[in-house]
Amino acid sequence: MTLSAGDTAWVLAASAMVLLMTPGLAFFYGGMVRSKSVLNMMMMSFVTIGIVSILWVLYGYSIAFGDSGSSIIGKLGLSKLGSAVNDLTYNGAGYPIPVLAFAAFQLMFAVITPALISGAVADRTKFLAWGVFVAIWVTIVYFPVAHWVFDFGSKDATGAGWLAAKGVEDFAGGTAVHINAGAAGLALCLVLGKRVGFKKDPMRPHNLPLVLIGAGLLWFGWFGFNAGSALGANGLAALAFMNTMVATAAGVLGWILMERIRDGHPTSLGAASGAVAGLVAVTPACAFIAPWAAVVLGVVVGMVCALAVGLKYKLGFDDSLDVVGVHMVGGIVGCLFVGFFGTKAVNSAYADGLFYGGGFRLLGIQALGAFSVLAYSFVVTLVLGLVINKTIGFRISSDAEVEGIDLTEHAETAYDYGSTGGGVLSGGGLSLKSSHAAHTEEVSA
Amino acid sequence: MKLVTAIIKPFKLDDVKTALESFGVHGMTVSEASGYGRQRGHTEVYRGAEYTVDLVPKVRLEVLVDDADVDDVMDVVVKSAQTGRIGDGKVWSVPVDAVIRVRTGERGPEAL
Repeated sequence: MTLSAGDTAWVLAASAMVLLMTPGLAFFYGGMVRSKSVLNMMMMSFVTIGIVSILWVLYGYSIAFGDSGSSIIGKLGLSKLGSAVNDLTYNGAGYPIPVLAFAAFQLMFAVITPALISGAVADRTKFLAWGVFVAIWVTIVYFPVAHWVFDFGSKDATGAGWLAAKGVEDFAGGTAVHINAGAAGLALCLVLGKRVGFKKDPMRPHNLPLVLIGAGLLWFGWFGFNAGSALGANGLAALAFMNTMVATAAGVLGWILMERIRDGHPTSLGAASGAVAGLVAVTPACAFIAPWAAVVLGVVVGMVCALAVGLKYKLGFDDSLDVVGVHMVGGIVGCLFVGFFGTKAVNSAYADGLFYGGGFRLLGIQALGAFSVLAYSFVVTLVLGLVINKTIGFRISSDAEVEGIDLTEHAETAYDYGSTGGGVLSGGGLSLKSSHAAHTEEVSA
Repeated sequence: MKLVTAIIKPFKLDDVKTALESFGVHGMTVSEASGYGRQRGHTEVYRGAEYTVDLVPKVRLEVLVDDADVDDVMDVVVKSAQTGRIGDGKVWSVPVDAVIRVRTGERGPEAL
């Protein structure tokens, strides 16, 4: 097999698009919190890019995709990507793209998954504890789960992940990314507890245009996520691309339709949330269903998630930005949907679902995939969260939380408030520290 | 001298300003304010969670006037700010003991 320039170009471009999803997520989440915690919310995503990228080139790629012969975990050792520069990718089949392109693409998935969790613990997480959590969580949860789902085995047909080997159809990460992050978010918000004033104080989004920018960036980047998962510039990528588009469009409409019926007004937050719900649900399904079915999926998941986000008020857990209601629920809906609507008519390499004469077999496998990842992620995250909470502490003091985490954890504020236009009042009495002031004078002199 | 203070709907500010200028009032102080009277607040819904927002955005406008002009000025404000719908605001006046123009040091009505 020789390298395909077209395939390689697409996978590299798709990787960059998937990277953009994490800053997009930072905007999406950042706009949804109160103005006193927007920087911390965005920083949780940005620091995750930093931490996970380093761990990935160190050992993460090896734990996820290294050839150990095990179906549970890859090779425990260094990634050694430097020695694979001239190799082409093999993952259940040969792909004419460099291993490093595949490794870069998969890195972006490893980055965004823990970043998704941050929405569940907004406004109150100690920044150091978050960094420690991310480093350990990707190591013991994401890397192994990625092996289960995304590793289809080496050339000698060994070492495929156990869910991949069972035939779980998860094209781009409904289980490994979304259910995984959603279940972890649930565990972590239970460990940290509710925000001060939850269900009492208004905690409305401080900047909805920011939320919409974030949703737009996520939507764009998601074409890389889903269509890029074909690992080539081909018909499968085009199918995933089209399904991603229409399911997301339908997700927008499904969510705001539910709002119109229930609350009387279709909201912009609902439209942004519906887009993300549609994207989440089509992630596992995009290469296995027909575009008309993707429309059905989008409408269904938009409406289901619009209802699911209300659960936290009924059950009393403070999943602040609805990681559970959107990513876990949306991921489950998408995974199970393949069991009904998956069809050989669009992808002959995979199985027929219930509605195409395949019986309950595929549905059962999909449920196994969804719920085993959910259970593993929830339990391990719960234990890890409790350990971090007991040792270095996971939560900032309630005084700091009330004052605003941006100020107490980062010594910054996001906005220069005041309508008097840069005068003495707008800075709130801000002045340069003397050492800096002296320095400024020297420069200007 | 009197201080006339008006709380009005923000979108009425231009009308009130124009009306006061043509009446001959040559200065005012405007600030953003929020509050409620009989209008109360409104309800906002975010992902199904309802929030009651008590405080409605308003504009607070202050004018210093001579005793002789106070009734006319208040009438001008009321006429130009009125929509007839709930939430139009209020206008009141209070007596002012002393006024000094900072630039010249003039005192009393000359400083207006």
